[in-house]
Amino acid sequence: MSKMQINITVNGKKQELLAEPRELLIHVLRERLGVTGPHVGCDTSHCGACTVDMDGKSVKACTVFAAQANGADITTIEGLGGPDGLHVLQQMFKEHHGLQCGFCTPGMITRAYRLLQEIPNPSEEEVRFGMAGNLCRCTGYQNIVKAILAAAAELNAAKEAAQ
Amino acid sequence: MNEMTPPKTERAAALKGLGSARKRVEDARFTQGKGNYVDDLKMPGMLFGDFVRSPYAHARIKSINADKAKAIPGVVAVLTADDLRPLNLHWMPTLAGDKQMVLADGKVLFQGQEVAFVVAEDRYVAADAVELVEVDYEELPVVVDPFKAQASDAPVLREDLEGNMEGAHGPRRHHNHIFTWEQGDKDATEAVVGSADVVAEEMVYYHRTHPCPLETCGCVASMDKVNGKLTVWGTFQAPHAVRTVASLISGIAEHNIRIISPDIGGGFGNKVGVYPGYICSIVASIVTGVPVKWVEDRMENLMATAFARDYWMQGKIAATKDGRITGLWCHVTADHGAFDACADPTKFPAGFFNICTGSYDIPTAYLAVDGVYTNKAPGGVAYRCSFRVTEAAYFIERMIEILALKLDMDPAELRAKNFIRKEQFPYQSALGWEYDSGDYQTAWDKALKAVDYEGLRREQAERVDAFKRGETRKLIGIGLTHFTEIVGAGPVKNCDILGLGMFDSCEIRIHPTGSAIARLGTISQGQGHATTFAQILASEIGIPADDITVEEGDTDTAPYGLGTYGSRSTPVAGAATAMAGRKIRAKAQMIAAYLLEVHDDDVEWDVDRFVVKGAPQRFKTMKEIAFASYNQAIPGVEPGLEAVSYYDPPNMTYPFGAYVCVMEVDVDTGEADIRKFYALDDCGTRINPMIIEGQVHGGLTEALAIAMGQEIAYDELGNVKTGTLMDFFVPTSWETPYYTTDHTVTPSPHHPIGAKGVGESPNVGGVPAFSNAVHDAFRTFGLTHTHMPHDHWRIWKIAHDLGLHG
Amino acid sequence: MIPGSFEYHRPDSVASALEILAEYGDEARAIAGGHSLIPMMKLRMADVGHLVDLQAIADLKGITVQGDTIIIGAMTTQQELISSAELASAAPILREASLQIADPQVRYVGTIGGNVANGDPGNDLPGLMQCLDAQYTLAGRDGTREVAARDFYEAAYFTAREDDEILVSIKFRATTGGYAYEKQKRKIGDYATAAAAVLIAKDGATCSFASIAMTNLSDTPVWCEAAADALVGSSLDQAAIDAAVAAMLETIDPQEDNRGPVEFKNHVAGVILRRAIERAASRA
Ligand SMILES: Cc1cc2nc3c(=O)[nH]c(=O)nc-3n(C[C@H](O)[C@H](O)[C@H](O)COP(=O)(O)OP(=O)(O)OC[C@H]3O[C@@H](n4cnc5c(N)ncnc54)[C@H](O)[C@@H]3O)c2cc1C
Ligand code: FES
Ligand code: FES
Repeated sequence: MSKMQINITVNGKKQELLAEPRELLIHVLRERLGVTGPHVGCDTSHCGACTVDMDGKSVKACTVFAAQANGADITTIEGLGGPDGLHVLQQMFKEHHGLQCGFCTPGMITRAYRLLQEIPNPSEEEVRFGMAGNLCRCTGYQNIVKAILAAAAELNAAKEAAQ
Repeated sequence: MNEMTPPKTERAAALKGLGSARKRVEDARFTQGKGNYVDDLKMPGMLFGDFVRSPYAHARIKSINADKAKAIPGVVAVLTADDLRPLNLHWMPTLAGDKQMVLADGKVLFQGQEVAFVVAEDRYVAADAVELVEVDYEELPVVVDPFKAQASDAPVLREDLEGNMEGAHGPRRHHNHIFTWEQGDKDATEAVVGSADVVAEEMVYYHRTHPCPLETCGCVASMDKVNGKLTVWGTFQAPHAVRTVASLISGIAEHNIRIISPDIGGGFGNKVGVYPGYICSIVASIVTGVPVKWVEDRMENLMATAFARDYWMQGKIAATKDGRITGLWCHVTADHGAFDACADPTKFPAGFFNICTGSYDIPTAYLAVDGVYTNKAPGGVAYRCSFRVTEAAYFIERMIEILALKLDMDPAELRAKNFIRKEQFPYQSALGWEYDSGDYQTAWDKALKAVDYEGLRREQAERVDAFKRGETRKLIGIGLTHFTEIVGAGPVKNCDILGLGMFDSCEIRIHPTGSAIARLGTISQGQGHATTFAQILASEIGIPADDITVEEGDTDTAPYGLGTYGSRSTPVAGAATAMAGRKIRAKAQMIAAYLLEVHDDDVEWDVDRFVVKGAPQRFKTMKEIAFASYNQAIPGVEPGLEAVSYYDPPNMTYPFGAYVCVMEVDVDTGEADIRKFYALDDCGTRINPMIIEGQVHGGLTEALAIAMGQEIAYDELGNVKTGTLMDFFVPTSWETPYYTTDHTVTPSPHHPIGAKGVGESPNVGGVPAFSNAVHDAFRTFGLTHTHMPHDHWRIWKIAHDLGLHG
Repeated sequence: MIPGSFEYHRPDSVASALEILAEYGDEARAIAGGHSLIPMMKLRMADVGHLVDLQAIADLKGITVQGDTIIIGAMTTQQELISSAELASAAPILREASLQIADPQVRYVGTIGGNVANGDPGNDLPGLMQCLDAQYTLAGRDGTREVAARDFYEAAYFTAREDDEILVSIKFRATTGGYAYEKQKRKIGDYATAAAAVLIAKDGATCSFASIAMTNLSDTPVWCEAAADALVGSSLDQAAIDAAVAAMLETIDPQEDNRGPVEFKNHVAGVILRRAIERAASRA
C-alpha cells in the first residue's frame, strides 16, 4: 500500500516520516520514532495505556490513524519532564506510590496532565471521573488519585507563589 | 562510641532498611516513560510473528493453505504443525506434566487455539497475511461443561491420550479425566458428617477468570547461528525455569540459552506458563537467523493464555448445635480446559487447595479434586494468589456463612468460635499443613471494632425494616472474611516444578567503596523488588539501601531461582537475601576483628559496623570493612566480599487477614456500591509499609473485579463471550472504592526476618469479602448461596427469585 | 489488532468530500472522530477502501444558538458539547447525557455527528435526539435535505442516510422545563444496559409537555409517543408514571447479551425510565 508523508510535532520536535495511512499513531510513535513511553494494553480503545496529548486533548493513540494525526502537535510522557528533573506529576506518582509495574503510568500521567489543565483544583471525585479512561491493574487507583491531588496542590501553590 | 558517631536510631534510619516506607527506586524510570518492556525492544532485521487462530472450539483440521499469505510481499514464512514436527516441537510439555499443542496438530481443542504462525517484516504485513491463511475445519461436538465431559458418551477431546489411562498424577478414569487428588481422611470425615447435629451443604462455583495484566504476553527470540546462542527476552515470571524448559525441548545446551525478563507490565500468574508464541518465535528465529518478536493482543491474551479458577466445589460442613465445626468434606470438579497447563508444584495438581480448612480448627476433613478436560483454553494459574488458595479461601468462607445461616448464628461469632487459637501454633491441619504462626482472634477483634460491627448490624436491620415498609430499595450487605493464605512455595522436599526444587537464591557482591549489587532468581512485575530486597539487605549488612543495586531477570547473571508468583518472592528469595547478607556479615566480622586486632568473638554488630565489645569507640564500619576486603591480605580470609545463598524454606508461610466489606445493593437495578472496605493484613514482619499498602489496594481491586463481574464466559459452542475489556470487567477508578488498610504483626518463626509475603492476600481475602457482602444483603430474605460473578443482572436475579420485585 | 489498508482523503469542504464519496461509492467511508469506526476496522469488521476524513471541514464544526434554535455541526466533539456554556443553558440535557458517554479520551474526539450517524443502538445521542425531535441536515450531491431523528433509524447500522451523503448538522429547539438523562451501565467505557432521555414541562401542577426516548433496548432508539401522552395532562402522579412506563415497555424489544437476559433488561428499563421521569419532573 502506498505510503504518505506525515508531519507531526512530537514533544516539541518536528518529525517528517513516511507511513501507511492505516498505521496507528501508537505504532508511529513507538516503532518509527522510538517514543516507547505510551503503551498498548488492549487494542479496543478501553485501557488508556496509549494515552497521549494531541492538540490539547487526551487521546488514545491506538485509535488514531497516522493519516489523521498528520499536522498534529503531540506530547507524550517523554515530553512532560525536562532534562533538569521530573514534572510535578511524575514526582508525586513516585512520592505517593502511584505505580507498581509502571505499564499504565505514562498514559496515566499524560492524562492527569491534561485533567489538571482543565480542572486545576479537582475534588477526589473529579479525579476519579476524569481518570476513568485509564485502567490500572496493579494499584487499585487509590495512590494514583492521591498523587494527582498532591500534584494539583503543589502546582497551585507554585502558581500562587509566582503571583 | 566516639563523638562523631551518630546514635543508633539515626544510623538505622539512614539505612532505609526493614520497616522503612522507602520510595521506590524503579519509579524514576517508569514515570518518565523509560521502562523497558518487551514490546519496546527493537533490533536490526527483527521480524514479527502473528497467529492464525481457530474460530472453533473443537474441530478437525482438514487442510491449511498458506499460499495466498505467502504471496504477500514481506511475508517470510508461515509455520504449521507440519513444520514443527521434524523438530519435535509441534507439542510441548506443560508445567503440569501434560503436553500441549504448539500449533494445531490435526485438530483444535479450544477457540483461539494457535493454528499457524505467520512471520513477516512488520506487524501490519503479518496481520494481513493471517487473514489470508485458509484453514478448512470440520466441526466436532463441543464440550464446555466439565460434568458433561465425564459422561460415558462424551466426545473424546484428547485423542493423543486415548487408551492411556495413567496420567501425570495417577490413574485416569475417563477419557476426559485428568487426575484425582485426595487428601485427608475420607471415612472419618464421612462418619462425622453423617452423624453431626448440623450439616450445611452447597455447591460453590468459582468461575473462570483471567489475570489480564495490562501488558500482554510476548517475547523476542534471537538465535545467533554463528555462535549457537539463543537469547530470548520475554514476559517471563520464571526466567530460569523457561531456560531449562527451552533447553529440554529444543535440545540447545542450557549454557547456550539466555533468558531475559525485561520490565514486566504486571503478571498476576499470566506470565508463569510457557506459551506456543514463545516456542514459535524461537523456531522462527532459528529458521530465519534474525530476531523474531511476538506480542499477543488483548483478545488473544484473554482467549488463549492462562485463565484462572473454574472450580466447582461441592462442600459439606458439619457442626455441633452450638457451632463447633466438627468436619469438612469437599469434592472439586476442576475444569482445566483442553490441556493441563496449571502452574502448580508437581505433587500438588490442585495446588494448595487443601488449605481449604482456612483459619479454623477443623478436626476432621476430606478433600478430593478431579481434573477434567473441556474445549476451553488451558491454564489454571494462580491469579494473584498462591496455587488455588483463593479458590480454597472462597470455598471455606462461603461455607462458614452458609453454616452460620443454618445455625442461625452471627457469622462473626461462628468464625471466632472456631479459630485456631494462638497457642495451637504451629498447627497441624486435618488436610496436612503445618501453619507456622497466627493470632486470628486479635486481628478479628480489631477489625470488628474498627468498623463498628454491631453498629453496622443495627443499621442493616433498620434498613431491612425500612425496605419492608417500602421506604427504600437498597439493602445493606456486610461481607466478612477471615482468610489464611499459604505462600512461599516451597520446601524442596515437597515442592518442585518439572523436577526443579522451588528454592530461591540471592548473590551479593560488595564493591570496594562499600556499595553493593544483589542478584536474585526472582523477577519483579511491579512488586518493587529493587526497592524491598535492598531494604532487607540494608538491615542485614549495614549498607544503605540506596547504595544497593538489585538485579533480576537475566539468567546469564542471576543465580538460579524459580521466579515470582504465588507470593513466593519475599518468603523465599527474601529469605535467601537475608541469609546471603548474613554470610557477608560473618566474613565482615572476621575482617573487622583482624583490623581491630581483637578476636572474632570480641567484636559485635552495631547497625552498620562492628564494634569492640566494651570499647564502643573502637569500630570498623561496613564501608571500611568493604575496602579492607579488597586491599588487605588477611591470613586465612579470601579477598573480596561476596556471598550467595540458595534458600530452601523449611516450611511455607501463612499470612492471614480480616476483611470487612460494607455494600449497598440496589434490588431493582442490581447495582452494588461499596460503601466501606476495611482490610487488616498480617504478613508478619513488614518490610516496606508503603509497598504493602499498595499491594493491598491492587489486590483488592482485582478481587472486586472478580467478585463483581470479571469472567471468561463461554457459550455452548465454546465461543468466548468476554474477549475484550468491554465485556471482561476491569474496574476503572470510578467503580473502585476507597480502601482502609490496617495490620497486625505476627512474624513467621521460621523465616529469617519473619516476613510472610503479602502481594496476594488481598485477592484471596477480598473475593469472599465482596461476595459475602452480596449474600449478606439478602440473608434475611432467605438467600443461601448464589454463584459469582455478582454483576448487575445476577444480583437483580437474586432479588427477583426472592420475590423482592413484587 | 491491525486494520486493513485504505487510501486516505482529507477534503476541506463538504462539496469535495461529497465528490470523493461519489467517486469511490461503496468503498468510501467518512470518518469523524473514528471512535466507533476505527475499533471496527481494527477488528476487520469494517472494510474501508477510501477513508474520507472530515476533520478539515470548518463548516461542520461549532455550536450556534439563535433564539430558541440550536444548530450543532456534525464534527462537534462530545467534549465540546459538555464544555459549551451556551448549550448548557439552552439544552442542559446534552451535557448531562454527554458526560455519561464513554470516558474522557473518547469524548475528546468522538463527535455528535459520528455518534448519531453510526446507527449503533448502543450510542446514547440518537435516543436523545429523538427525544429532542432533532432534525438532521444531510448534504448530498443534489443538495441538502432534512430528516427527523425520529425517522432516521431503520435498523442496527441502517439509517436513512444514503452512503454518499454527509451529515452536516443537527438542529433542535432549546428545551424548557425539566430534563433528565439516566443511564445504567456496567462501568465507565461500557454502553448502556438501559438509558432514558426525558423532557417534561409543566403548567402549574399539570404536565403540559413530555418527550421520552430510550437507548440500547431495541435495534434502533425508541422514542415512545404513547409514553409521553400518558404523562401529558396528568399531575405526574404514580398512576401516570406507571402508564408511561408501561407504554414504553410495550415498545422496546431488548436482546439478551452479556449485560443480561431480556427479563432483566425490561425490568431495568422500567426502573431507569421511572427515575428519569421523576428527576425531570422534579426539575420542571
Ligand atoms: C471505549 C469506548 C466506549 C464508548 N462508549 C460509548 C457510550 O457509552 N455511548 C456512546 O454513545 N458512544 C460510545 N462510544 C462511541 C463514541 O461515542 C464514538 O465516538 C461515536 O459513536 C462515534 O463518533 P465518532 O466521531 O468517533 O465517529 P466515527 O467513528 O468516525 O464514525 C462512526 C460512523 O459514522 C459515520 N459518520 C461519522 N460522521 C459522519 C458524517 N458527518 N456524515 C456521515 N457519516 C458520518 C462514519 O462513516 C462511521 O460509519 C464509545 C467508544 C469507545 C471507543
Ligand atoms: S491500547 Fe489504546 S486504549 Fe488500550
Ligand atoms: S501500575 Fe501496573 S497497570 Fe498500573
